[in-house]
Amino acid sequence: MRANATTRVVGTPVPRKEGAEKLHGRARYVDDIEREGMWYGTTVRSTIPRGLIRSIAFDESFDWREFVVVTAKDIPGKNHIQLIIADQPCLADTQVNHCDEAIVLLAHPDKHKLRAAAAAVEIDYEPLPAVLSIEESELRDVIVWGENNVFKSFLLQKGNVDEVWDQAAHIVEGEYRTGAQEHLYIENNGVIAEYSHEEGVTVWGSLQCPFYVHRSLLAVFALREDKVRVIQTETGGAFGGKEDFPSILASHAALLALKSGHVVKMVFDRMEDLAATPKRHPSRIRHRTAVDEDGKLLAIEIDLGTDGGAYSTLSSTVLSRATLHACGPYVCPNVRIRSHAWATNTVPYGAFRGFGAPQSIFAVERHMDEIAARLGMDPVELRRRNFLREGDTTATEQLMREPVMMNDLMDRILEESSFYARKMRFAQENPTSAVKRGIGIAAFFHGAGFTGSGERYLNSLAGIDVTADGQVRVLVSSTEFGQGTNTILPQIAAEALLVEYADVGMAPADTRVVPNSGPTVASRTAMVVGRLVERASLQLVGMLRSEGLLAAEYSRDEFFAACERYRVLKGELVSLCRYEAPPNVFWDDQEYRGEAYPAFAWSIHVAQVAVDMTTYSTEVEEYWAIQEVGRVLNPVLAGGQIEGGVAQGVGYALYEKVLLENGHMANNQMTNYIMPTAADVPAIHVYFAEQPFAYGGYGAKGIGELPHDGPAPAILNAIRNATGLACNAIPLLPEDMLAKLSEVAAMQKDVIR
Amino acid sequence: MNAQWSTVQLTVNGLRHTVQAPPMKRLLDVLREDLRLTGVKEGCGEGECGSCSVLMNGELVNSCLVPVLQAAGATIQTVEGLAPQGELSLLQKAFLECGGAQCGICTPGMLMAATQLLERTPNPTINEIREGLAGNLCRCTGFIRIFESVVAAAATKAAAVRKEESHAR
Repeated sequence: MRANATTRVVGTPVPRKEGAEKLHGRARYVDDIEREGMWYGTTVRSTIPRGLIRSIAFDESFDWREFVVVTAKDIPGKNHIQLIIADQPCLADTQVNHCDEAIVLLAHPDKHKLRAAAAAVEIDYEPLPAVLSIEESELRDVIVWGENNVFKSFLLQKGNVDEVWDQAAHIVEGEYRTGAQEHLYIENNGVIAEYSHEEGVTVWGSLQCPFYVHRSLLAVFALREDKVRVIQTETGGAFGGKEDFPSILASHAALLALKSGHVVKMVFDRMEDLAATPKRHPSRIRHRTAVDEDGKLLAIEIDLGTDGGAYSTLSSTVLSRATLHACGPYVCPNVRIRSHAWATNTVPYGAFRGFGAPQSIFAVERHMDEIAARLGMDPVELRRRNFLREGDTTATEQLMREPVMMNDLMDRILEESSFYARKMRFAQENPTSAVKRGIGIAAFFHGAGFTGSGERYLNSLAGIDVTADGQVRVLVSSTEFGQGTNTILPQIAAEALLVEYADVGMAPADTRVVPNSGPTVASRTAMVVGRLVERASLQLVGMLRSEGLLAAEYSRDEFFAACERYRVLKGELVSLCRYEAPPNVFWDDQEYRGEAYPAFAWSIHVAQVAVDMTTYSTEVEEYWAIQEVGRVLNPVLAGGQIEGGVAQGVGYALYEKVLLENGHMANNQMTNYIMPTAADVPAIHVYFAEQPFAYGGYGAKGIGELPHDGPAPAILNAIRNATGLACNAIPLLPEDMLAKLSEVAAMQKDVIR
Repeated sequence: MNAQWSTVQLTVNGLRHTVQAPPMKRLLDVLREDLRLTGVKEGCGEGECGSCSVLMNGELVNSCLVPVLQAAGATIQTVEGLAPQGELSLLQKAFLECGGAQCGICTPGMLMAATQLLERTPNPTINEIREGLAGNLCRCTGFIRIFESVVAAAATKAAAVRKEESHAR
């Protein structure tokens, strides 16, 4: 498949499938759904980071009639949330391990009575010492999880770094830190649950992964597969934040539904959502790098730590992706990466767009600029000398089988951004200006799909059917939450079937209707699920032809006539395909060696900043992003993914700070957790280079997470260029820059003395 | 009905309504619960995100910050009033074509902010658009395609006006 291969539907900016409903205000999000006789639920949460639950008391002066109360004792099945390791309780029973952990659930027909009721529940604790940072956790004075506070660790080795240090022209060391980040989807988490003896548990909710929720409910309720049904409602943003948490909320609402005998809705307000749900893992990443006189990387040693929070949830896989992206898009013969996900007594950190890679890429791309500074080399040139090329291997010795376009991307982005002209102009203007301007770059890659053997384990099933009323439906559990699933998958099916985009719709994301095409995560939908839909569509055409119903060439009308005849002959017309790994793919889970990802997307970002040296505030003035994501399936949607990711990355770098006080998020309001507004985002220029991937849907690779990797390092590198300050921690708010300046000033004073 | 509740009349999307509600009940809840206009969304409940934006007597307000008593006698427009005949308005079409809506949860409020902006400033500059929409948060788009949607809607409107004028001559 070539980029310029003629396609009618794929590659065109067809409008978003559900767009009109959203624009009319008719799209039904979970809180828009009312049911007759519905009750409402709320959660009583822990107020301490760690301790034993001594007693739960209910204020006797409060009128508890008509309230339904659920505690861990009411769980019919297992009291855990089924994810990778089942260590997280559905409801805390004897001990709490983080603030805002759920202990008691309440339901009542009047939602306005819930707040007072929650306040009338008194929980008495015996506090235990808590661990609240990576540093405290790795000391192991207090063990809060397992035997050693370690959720997961990796040791990744290539060559032998120890033989290199003595010969290196330069050894450059640095420590980089990234903070927690909140997804801040505008729709808070919410579900509606119903229970009946005949049907079992049914949940409607704002969620990414219907079958994750399904699996968790099976365990909590000890029910058979057909007695649990999960239906995604329109979802108002997710970004990873609705990957694992909906399993907890769905379990809670369903427990209340079971005990009350009513349909129960639980929708968080913003404060609860911010305080109680997962965020991006904070990280501390130390680099030690050996380079020769020409700037060639000789050895990279990385010590990578993430804060995982109180339960393991997704920390092991986030750590894996962080580890596998830690060297960036560069080739180096000798690599050693030690990484650990540490337990602390905070709300478990979870999936967020990029899934560990933004942390790693921030560190390596800031570090590349520091290496360049040490060598007195242009940061662009240093990167060019070390980019992975076709035939090179990554840190896991994954062979780059296809051309890597990084140098081409670099040429283009330098030209589009007038990189050197701007840099020169700022160097001339800055000395006489209180506003210092700078320009910075970040180069990176992002692995698409599940890591290593992940896609094989998922073993996804997806397909299409044609209904009696002549509608083609895409059958997937892959969900829409703004990123475009509902649009690109019908585009793919329409292309392959030679019908119109309008002829293809989505079957409801309902576990009773659709097969398990895997979770909607890891930038896998276009590439992996898209490919399955493409194959299933071609297979369906083959089915019609093998019955002699369709000629080699056919019109749209002939296609639907053939479908109708097939249905008359055989009943249903359904075509499903199961995942098949690309050939020659080898991955060793034990040694962490081989093909870490089926494909990488590649990108370079350039940021221009203005730093006001009176207020220490930084403005990103203009932004350029170029990427190679395989085939672009829909240019409007793809552009929107890049721009949205860049804006989130700007927030990650400069605005968004999660303030924890004794393990509780203190700024859990939109008033004081600040994201970029329409007035803050820079002009963003987006460019695509297309190199179709043979095993992705119509050549697509992953795109969704990629753009979040670049902004933080590009912006902090631009600040370095503007001010000379090597700021190595994000978020970098004005007060953080002031602190950094004071630190530098103190060091200089020491030197003068 | 509770004795302390107020009777409030308001005109919403051209229809007159009488609602009985506690006087401090949020206009947001009256619109969503009493009138079932669920296009109005709640994002933060404290006037930061703008998802609940509606036009009240032509002014853009966060309906989560307006007690219903304050809306007595007011004329309200919500997203449901933008396309009363069912066909998307120029502005809504522009959002659809330019990719101004992704997850869609901020979209109703964003459309109301853009509606007011274009009423007051038919051909806004990019800075006027940024300022006009700065009270409405979108986490998906990075705003760029929302700006483009507003520009496109303004241009289509201007072209239509020019055509009308030339016909009038």
